[in-house]
Amino acid sequence: MALDKIGIAKRIAQELRDGWYVNLGIGIPTLVANYIPEGIEVEFQSENGVLGMGPFPFEGEEDADLINAGKQTITVLKGAAFFDSAMSFSMIRGQHVQLTVLGAMEVSQNGDIANWKIPGKMVKGMGGAMDLVASAENIIVAMMHSNREGESKILKKCTLPLTGVGCVKKIVTELAVLEIRDNKFYLIERAPGVSVEEIVSKTEGDLVVPDFVPEMVL
Amino acid sequence: MNKVVKNVEEALVGIEDGMTLMLGGFGLCGIPENSIAQLVKLGVKELTCISNNAGVDDFGLGLLLHGRQIKKMISSYVGENAEFERQMLSGELIVDLIPQGSLAERCRAGGAGIPAFFTPAGYGTEVAEGKEVREFNGKPHILEMALTADFAIVKAWKGDTEGNLIFKATARNFNPMMAMAGKITIAEVEELVPAGELNPNDIHTPGIFVQRIFKGEKFEKRIEQRTVRIKN
Repeated sequence: MALDKIGIAKRIAQELRDGWYVNLGIGIPTLVANYIPEGIEVEFQSENGVLGMGPFPFEGEEDADLINAGKQTITVLKGAAFFDSAMSFSMIRGQHVQLTVLGAMEVSQNGDIANWKIPGKMVKGMGGAMDLVASAENIIVAMMHSNREGESKILKKCTLPLTGVGCVKKIVTELAVLEIRDNKFYLIERAPGVSVEEIVSKTEGDLVVPDFVPEMVL
Repeated sequence: MNKVVKNVEEALVGIEDGMTLMLGGFGLCGIPENSIAQLVKLGVKELTCISNNAGVDDFGLGLLLHGRQIKKMISSYVGENAEFERQMLSGELIVDLIPQGSLAERCRAGGAGIPAFFTPAGYGTEVAEGKEVREFNGKPHILEMALTADFAIVKAWKGDTEGNLIFKATARNFNPMMAMAGKITIAEVEELVPAGELNPNDIHTPGIFVQRIFKGEKFEKRIEQRTVRIKN
């Protein structure tokens, strides 16, 4: 069965390593913080100026001066730090953040990503996404395999305006874990109960399928 | 060096039609809300506003958009504002969307006397159109120019009569860089204290960057996305 948002977040959480600083984008990526594997410690950076982000506050304890990049009220953990936006992006551009997790509208087999604009329809802006994808060494994209019309978002070539070029190396969708190498997608794992055929049929880009594709263990 | 002005009316003297303003804040967090209300009252028009976001429909810079006071916005993210989207898609409003880190650094550069810098952000995208590209360490970068403003308007938690500022939590965001990049920088603060009361070790923005400071009359501090967890 295809994963729900929580399943995608759980699978991405398995990629976390002890001691990493991690930036989580808005949406599914935010959920990753809820499933940190036991025995490891990571610290979450939010580009509006906080390291050491904690859970949402209890009702009545919200602080208008303390939010995440999605403008949600948050708390901070012991050892947290606040800083300005220039320093925040120094951490990102300077590659001091080990992992970036973000959403996408489209990804292509050469690692291009599009997630900020649909010409004529939706223009919200790129926020920090262009800075993040241009500099991060380790980017995981959390996304759905196809759009509402059933069209694949895992493409030979992106059709929407790009956020970054040649930067995505790993994708986790509701159906599969894919890696990008040598201008191709590689099928690494499939969601429990999802067939290889379904993944192949919903992937427009060139997909390399090994003889044996393990199921995700969640 | 007393930089204190009596109130918001006095603080904003000199702001005229057609000027470029920088306004601190991320979403509605750390925005100079008293000054924005005064800009609405003044009715100044044809403004170019440099601010990470454009507020929401009925708060923050959304208030200036409603009065058609803004000619051009330079921002990184403008969701959450239907009137903004309408004016942008209809062509009434000129919008320059730039990556958030580049926006922050362009303001910092403007205040730091650095005319331009190279960054990898935006290479290969619309943002890079018309910009010089140069490779460093095998990676392409684009040239981004510094930003300055006629007036920078920032919001701080505490300030003193010398203009020294301390920000609270994530309300700091763009305020320190914008304070550096204004020809005239106006700070509105929640608490205004005499020189000597703030510990010099704690100052985030030194008073040299601030020309006028005043205590804001009232801070609504609206929350954009109130998100809580339930106590068991």
